[in-house]
Amino acid sequence: MTYIAKPSLHHPSLEKNAQGYTRRDYEGRISTLCAGCGHDSISAAIVQACFEINLAPHRLAKFSGIGCSSKTPDYFVSPAHGFNAVHGRMPSVLTGANIAAKDLIYLGVSGDGDSASIGLGQFAHAVRRGVNMTYIVENNGVYGLTKGQFSATSDRGSKAKRGAENKDSPIDLVMLALQLGATYVGRSFSGDKTQLVPLIKGALLHKGTAVLDVISPCVAFNNHVGSTKSFDYVREHNDAVNRLDVITTRAPIEAEYEPGELREVEQHDGTILRLRKLEADYDASRRNMALAYLGRKAAAGEIVTGLLYVDPEAGDLHDALNTVDCPLNKLEDAELVPPVNALEKINAGLR
Amino acid sequence: MTKPISATNDFVVKFANVNGSGSASANGLFAKAILRMGVPVGARNIFPSNIQGLPTWYEVRVSEAGWLGRRGGVDLMVAMNPQTWDGDVAGIEAGGYLLYDNSKPLPAAKFRDDITIISAPLTDLIASEFSNPRERQLFKNICYVGVLAQLLGIEIDVVKQLLTEEFKGKDRLIAPNLKAFELGRSYAEANIAPIGLRLRRADKVGDRIFVEGNDAAALGAVYGGATFCAWYPITPSTSLAESFQKYCRQLRTDPDGKARYAIVQAEDEIASIGMVMGAGWAGSRAFTCTSGPGISLMTEFIGFSYYAEIPAVIFDVQRGGPSTGMPTRTQQSDLLAAAYASHGDTKHPMLFPANPTEAFEFGAQAFDLADFFQTTVFVMLELDIGMQEWLCEPFKWDPARKLNRGKVLTYEHLEQGVPFGRYRDVDGDAVPYRTLPGTHPTRGAYFTRGSSHDRDARYSERGEDYTEGMQRLLRKWETMKGYLPGPIVRNARHPTRDGMLYIGSTGPAMKEAHHALDELGIHINSMRVRSFPFCDEVFDFIRNHDQVFVVEQNRDAQLKTLLVNEGGIDPARLVSILHYDGTPITARFIVKALKSKLRAVPDAAMRENVT
Repeated sequence: MTYIAKPSLHHPSLEKNAQGYTRRDYEGRISTLCAGCGHDSISAAIVQACFEINLAPHRLAKFSGIGCSSKTPDYFVSPAHGFNAVHGRMPSVLTGANIAAKDLIYLGVSGDGDSASIGLGQFAHAVRRGVNMTYIVENNGVYGLTKGQFSATSDRGSKAKRGAENKDSPIDLVMLALQLGATYVGRSFSGDKTQLVPLIKGALLHKGTAVLDVISPCVAFNNHVGSTKSFDYVREHNDAVNRLDVITTRAPIEAEYEPGELREVEQHDGTILRLRKLEADYDASRRNMALAYLGRKAAAGEIVTGLLYVDPEAGDLHDALNTVDCPLNKLEDAELVPPVNALEKINAGLR
Repeated sequence: MTKPISATNDFVVKFANVNGSGSASANGLFAKAILRMGVPVGARNIFPSNIQGLPTWYEVRVSEAGWLGRRGGVDLMVAMNPQTWDGDVAGIEAGGYLLYDNSKPLPAAKFRDDITIISAPLTDLIASEFSNPRERQLFKNICYVGVLAQLLGIEIDVVKQLLTEEFKGKDRLIAPNLKAFELGRSYAEANIAPIGLRLRRADKVGDRIFVEGNDAAALGAVYGGATFCAWYPITPSTSLAESFQKYCRQLRTDPDGKARYAIVQAEDEIASIGMVMGAGWAGSRAFTCTSGPGISLMTEFIGFSYYAEIPAVIFDVQRGGPSTGMPTRTQQSDLLAAAYASHGDTKHPMLFPANPTEAFEFGAQAFDLADFFQTTVFVMLELDIGMQEWLCEPFKWDPARKLNRGKVLTYEHLEQGVPFGRYRDVDGDAVPYRTLPGTHPTRGAYFTRGSSHDRDARYSERGEDYTEGMQRLLRKWETMKGYLPGPIVRNARHPTRDGMLYIGSTGPAMKEAHHALDELGIHINSMRVRSFPFCDEVFDFIRNHDQVFVVEQNRDAQLKTLLVNEGGIDPARLVSILHYDGTPITARFIVKALKSKLRAVPDAAMRENVT
């Protein structure tokens, strides 16, 4: 962590996005996490993604639970309201806020303890409901704030810092999200910003539930030999199935692409997801195929990353509830309080 | 032989049925018909935690005098359930009446000789006209209503009118129901001698309505501007969420079918209250409805709401605890659990509606209070109010009334440069200002957290910041006292140094007990407390009496505990009268307990609790 706050004045030559915001407008308070923590890289990727998709910073709503990961929403996009909920219960709070104010962009940041242990139920049910959100799990396989206990995403056989071996089966949140109906599912690595930033951009612009499992090594408690969530292990076993570029309609990007099969997917808002295949037999539009592939690779000890599944035509919870276009928190008295004659009619029916 | 009971417009009829046999609509028809004749009734379902097969009862107290609490005792038992026959027959008052289906003979030992036995071959009568087995079962119930109508003098036109209203749109069902009714009525006319219980048209109902408290509270939530309900099914609160759905569909649907509300059945109570927190934080009025076990699960979030200052409304329809307890029986036993829910120093306002009319009023008011004070507000319903139909004053709404959204800074405020610090006491009432997410591009954003924070919502572990916040929350608690519904006092005919305090559904029994005590020459003032934190008036009442009987429906004197704790009251001045067997408290119980208390030991300090 750094102890020196950056001055809030912006240099006039700072690059601006299409909305006139600079990268600095998406920054947050100074991180209090350990130096080298993967989570800070993810915060930086979030800042970059928000900048690149021209998001008005205050139109983001940030949510988290409890744990190292859940501290991070204070460290990015300060002009946005944030909500640091109770342990494992962020999904329900985000769901409620989303129901009240559907006109904001929702980002939940959680950890493997927060989402796979205490909050597994809420994670599952928020995904089932198709809440329109980006849900990032900063996955380090360990409880950091309480100093190094295994979490539920630790692989069987993975070793703790002091040598204890994890005997329990791991929970794979990506496979779970796929089974439960998430409509944008990806996995990435905090050390691979070029892969991570586009995944976050696509997720923020996706309508429906987007789940990103981001392996984020804990430099204090889970970055040693024998850990399957260390920087070295993840680099060695990273099996990226595709590379993603997100092209917002407002600012089309002409870019050079390396060879490989290209597939373009248009999302609800017109955003183009341009996927370049790295694995010839991987098709990100087929949920069951993704599950089978992930199962095969997990058995081989490989960590599959990339945009693993996307349904560009997905709906969300508001579609299911058939709510009015106006956000519920902006409805006026006249739209909420029924007329007195309606009450008189109800009285009459109760006599 | 005991003289048969003779009474007009003042008796108790109890129906013993099998759960799931379709008796509810027939019994409801009976109660409503009496109401339509201008005679007040107090009606109660006594039902099991079961879908089909277990015993269920419906008790109708007919009282022209307007005593709507449970009386105790039964004057006329309609015994339709062989499983409970012995107990049902034993429960009839001496001189009372038993109506049963004599299609199958019963041995003489099954009866009593101090009651009048009335019988009708209900099964045979129905079998002669209907062949479908389900119809036979349902119409047997309507048939006994026909018998009762003849015996008690229910006007046939009233029944016809009620059936026509009930089956409006399903008109083909009217004729067979009327036929079943007529089978019973004409049988009774031809075969059963008149009895001593009679109904006579009166004008004592007025414009009152007959409605369940849960239904009323849900309607209150609609008028109170609630847009979101997150809930998890639990008896006895489920019907509140269902009623909210019903009324919203009716009153909050756009012409194109779009909903100006949202309802989510959550995966558990924790998620329910979490969603309510999120919506309240984002500026929608949101609530959940639950019962004791749900409150236990929600406590972490309730503490969060207290400390981070987030509006929420919880309807707690109390049932018998602890644990699963008696899910279909009534109690007032969540008072402490709700008042001090969560870890650390927390306390939460509670409203105590006494009937469906107040459930409607408080159901709406709770949202203004939650928004203004930015905290969780409990509406403490009880099964006896929530799941029973009560005869009560009609719902009223002032068309000029505006929803009080509390202290929310808008874009315009922020743009004009109104300073914002989330937890600052700007107005001296300890209630801070808040902003909603997405309001302004550069001003007014803050980070909500349950960890300690300073007055500008920044994370802080400084003791001074923490205590400043906690002190302000205490001052906010004091401010609240001026905004909550105040107590209602009823003075005895003569000045007295004795008082009684009570809440909620004890109301009707207390009203009747008061009358009975007056008649007995026992003078005692009473106060119905309607909210927590208690206002000064409550403690003045206690100070102005030598002893105060605290009447409540739980074992541990929870209301008394709150009074002692919050008011610094000497516990010896408060004498408990406790009723907690799961049935609603009766006037008879209160009078008996009070008489023994007043007589027992003159020194209030020495008195033990009556249970």
